[in-house]
Amino acid sequence: MHDKTLTQLAASLKSGEFSSRELTSHYLRKIEKADGTLNSFITVTGEQALNQAEAADKARAAGDTGLLTGIPLALKDIFCTRDVKTSCGSKMLDNFIAPYNATVVEKLSAAGTISLGKTNMDEFAMGSSNENSHYGAVKNPWDLKAVPGGSSGGSAAAVAAGLAPAAMGTDTGGSIRQPAAFCGITGLKPTYGRVSRYGMIAYASSLDQAGPMARSAEDCAHLMNVIAGHDVRDSTSVARGVPDYTESLNAPLSGLKIGLPKEYFGDGLAPEVEKSVRDAVKVYESMGATVREVSLPHTHYAIPAYYVIAPAEASSNLSRFDGVRFGHRCQDPVDLMDLYKRSRAEGFGEEVKRRILIGTHTLSEGFFDAYYTKAQKVRRLIRQDFLDAFEEVDVLMGPAAPTPAFDLGAKKDPVSMYLQDIYTIAVNLAGIPGISVPAGLAGGRPIGLQILGTHFAEAQLLNVAHQYQQATDWHLQLPAIAEENA
Amino acid sequence: MALEESHVRRAAHLARLAVSDDQARGFVDDLSRILDMVDQLQSIDTEGVSPLAHPLDATQRLRADEVTETNQRDTFQRCAPAVENGLYLVPRVVE
Amino acid sequence: MQWETVIGLEVHVQLATRSKIFSGASTAFGAEPNTQACAVDLGLPGTLPVLNEQAVAMAVQFGLAVHSDIAEVSVFDRKNYFYADLPKGYQTSQMYHPIVGPGEVEITLEDGTSKRIRIHHAHLEEDAGKSLHEDFMGMTGIDLNRAGTPLLEIVSEPDMRNAKEAAAYLKAIHSIVTYLGISDGNMAEGSMRCDVNVSVRPKGQEAFGTRAEIKNVNSFRFVERAIAFEVERQIELIEDGGTVVQETRLFDPERDETRSMRTKEEANDYRYFPCPDLLPVVLDEAYLDHLRSQLPELPADKRERFQSELGLSAYDASVLSASREMAEFFEEVHHVCGDAKQAANWVQGELSGALNRENLSITNSPISARQLGELLSRVLDDTINGKAAKQVFQALWNGQGENADEIIETKGLKQVTDTGAIEAMIDQAIAESPAQVAQYRDAEPDKRGKMIGYFVGQVMKASRGTANPQQVNGVLKAKLDALL
Repeated sequence: MHDKTLTQLAASLKSGEFSSRELTSHYLRKIEKADGTLNSFITVTGEQALNQAEAADKARAAGDTGLLTGIPLALKDIFCTRDVKTSCGSKMLDNFIAPYNATVVEKLSAAGTISLGKTNMDEFAMGSSNENSHYGAVKNPWDLKAVPGGSSGGSAAAVAAGLAPAAMGTDTGGSIRQPAAFCGITGLKPTYGRVSRYGMIAYASSLDQAGPMARSAEDCAHLMNVIAGHDVRDSTSVARGVPDYTESLNAPLSGLKIGLPKEYFGDGLAPEVEKSVRDAVKVYESMGATVREVSLPHTHYAIPAYYVIAPAEASSNLSRFDGVRFGHRCQDPVDLMDLYKRSRAEGFGEEVKRRILIGTHTLSEGFFDAYYTKAQKVRRLIRQDFLDAFEEVDVLMGPAAPTPAFDLGAKKDPVSMYLQDIYTIAVNLAGIPGISVPAGLAGGRPIGLQILGTHFAEAQLLNVAHQYQQATDWHLQLPAIAEENA
Repeated sequence: MALEESHVRRAAHLARLAVSDDQARGFVDDLSRILDMVDQLQSIDTEGVSPLAHPLDATQRLRADEVTETNQRDTFQRCAPAVENGLYLVPRVVE
Repeated sequence: MQWETVIGLEVHVQLATRSKIFSGASTAFGAEPNTQACAVDLGLPGTLPVLNEQAVAMAVQFGLAVHSDIAEVSVFDRKNYFYADLPKGYQTSQMYHPIVGPGEVEITLEDGTSKRIRIHHAHLEEDAGKSLHEDFMGMTGIDLNRAGTPLLEIVSEPDMRNAKEAAAYLKAIHSIVTYLGISDGNMAEGSMRCDVNVSVRPKGQEAFGTRAEIKNVNSFRFVERAIAFEVERQIELIEDGGTVVQETRLFDPERDETRSMRTKEEANDYRYFPCPDLLPVVLDEAYLDHLRSQLPELPADKRERFQSELGLSAYDASVLSASREMAEFFEEVHHVCGDAKQAANWVQGELSGALNRENLSITNSPISARQLGELLSRVLDDTINGKAAKQVFQALWNGQGENADEIIETKGLKQVTDTGAIEAMIDQAIAESPAQVAQYRDAEPDKRGKMIGYFVGQVMKASRGTANPQQVNGVLKAKLDALL
């Protein structure tokens, strides 16, 4: 069952080949066997999942079903779930049980899907390797010495290892696309505002966006049909019609204009990654697409701009974790200042503190204009680069990350870790959608092709990705661990 | 813009993070390297460019003035570290 | 040295929306602790703000009422600081692009003169919760019911030069917001709170002195007292060779003084930046026109109309238009009785006196405007005289009858205008007072006018107050003079 895509599983459930309870039990067994090694889940909600599965089977028997009824999924532990711990990968929230569901969780539940549990992640989504989790690092199913990427590393590893057919992730600077690339799965970061952020614990509010991580673009399309749309609880969610993302999956690509940003093929790009990407582009050419080089001249300023804007927003967003109304509180505080300072020092990990300090410093008096205002101006230039490029081409293609997954513990220096996100981060600053699809393997580690479109071009990205997956089978390949535990 | 330990200490105080002397020195190193990287921004000419706060040029929608929430105090306080008589408790604040 | 005081006010007005500025929780006052604090108000992880349209409309109405430029685009910023009753660790406010731009308010002083006070801007923000310092095992209790209540912070220019002007300005703001119905203006419940910026400078000097900000001056009286104390403190300080430091001070009404708040605050750096959870608020001309067309008549217009159309004095017009409730009461009394002067006299005299004695506001008056108007109609049509009117007023006040006519009837207060009956009572009074008649006769003619009062009193007594006093006067004079 685990080697099937979500779309295939839905068909099997419909035909009665197996029940949701059987399917859910299968994944729970897989989790039990493999996750001691991978550490991709923080919380597994087995009993609740089986109850939901039984309910789904009854609903199906009664004829009351949608396409995804009875499909089990995993949720990044950043989405608030009623009655189930939501830790955001932090000691700060180790005891936090949200009194409500995130809108994404509500929508998935309303569609009849089942939650297997909450996946591991970099603390407060700050990281590119999933090594910054209070619950320990996650291992890459393709190579246990390698990181799965981050911050949605748990979601990516779980899907890659066949512990869940699909998972929800979030992406602030590449946190869906980079782990999807490192783990050989398909991950879509929608346009900013396309999916509600309500109940999704904020890292950087003007950049955060939730999206699906699955085995195929088609699976992502089905999930997007469920989660996309306006939410009255999120002022930044967009009131705009949602298309059926599966409808255009099979549209032919002849005449598609592909742009290759020359800045995405420069120094620092591993040759094997470049080769896989160029090979993938050739597949598109064979389908009738045309390719040209384009320029995104401010690419190299994306990381500097991001590391002003994201920490600034984070420093403010994370102030609510003060030990007063929820979350970790230190023992025997002598006064309010002591309560704040020790609760936060004990509750947050190093990388989170680093970003809070950076954000606090850059927003403070005397530095605000030089850092924050400047970064916001550069942000406009970066967005304009993309808008200009999309005047010329339909989609942009390039690598999702400069290298395949690196080794656990390999990036000790924060800046060298940050530079991993060179190809993904500008996309969040511009608010455009991007998808990463498996496009090769190097040394047994997957390589991701990143495809970018203009605002609200998700349907087109899914179409372009799906056509590639009709012509290739990179997305169907599974790591050994997925088979071993079958 | 060189970062000094006093900057880190001030930021840690504003952000209410207890930081030991050792940690402070470690943060000076880390943050200095991050800010050196960030300083590349200074080399771009942004004359006449207006800051971009949101990626989409959308405007705020307004909510009707209706009471839609009901009392859920007990539920909300289940995850609170210390409550008494419906109040959240903190160490005595002297004004 | 001659000193000049410079005062600016920051007035926080709680807007009278049903729900909070960014959530659907109720804003009702006085609920059990934390029962009106929803997930958004508590700043629970993942929650997001959505702006209340009524808060925006109310801010705009205020702006229109003080002739401000309304910002086509206004933006919410975060003001970052930690405090126990500030749930998110930041207050959502408007630092750089407030919704209401520069405007002005006209204030009327006691001597009837007026002055324009400029408004720098007004912005929307959320209120914080409350810290309760009663002892909870040595802890402070936090109630977040108030957190997220919409506030309009109205910032004046430093245009006031003494405490009376400051109080008059505060009253003018109070009157505008209550006229607009955008706040209940209840200072005791904290619906209107005031911070006062005070500095002094040698008369004639253009540069401002260093100012102190006095926090939480929450009544009209306290504004005057806090300023009086602070001005004296600053002048003494400077004259003794000291310097005023820029600081936040707290007014203590018990001791009638201001004192420095702990200076730890000064390490604050609010790190304002645009709130990424909220988008720019964009208002178009059609929206503004719509709100403009719905503005009620404002205090200044009403005052003007009371003078020009109703012929009231500047003072009466100003007192009667000061609050919307007072003005509406007066207008109803006038509408019923048809005589503006009579209505003005009674509302400001008998009614205000009685309300003050019992510490009631006009909205809680035991006598309705209609009842008072009907009473005055009976005075105006000579059914009762002034003295009886006061009796009727008292009876209505005490709830002894539904309306004036009923009380006049049951108490038999109807004025006697029957000449025969009055003549009979006069004849009797003259007959029973031979000594006074003799005195009258022997008095110098110019003293007799006063002496007639005794006989009037006797007659009124005999009529139990119902005789028409003018009539009695006339007939008495004729009869007494006939005896000369």
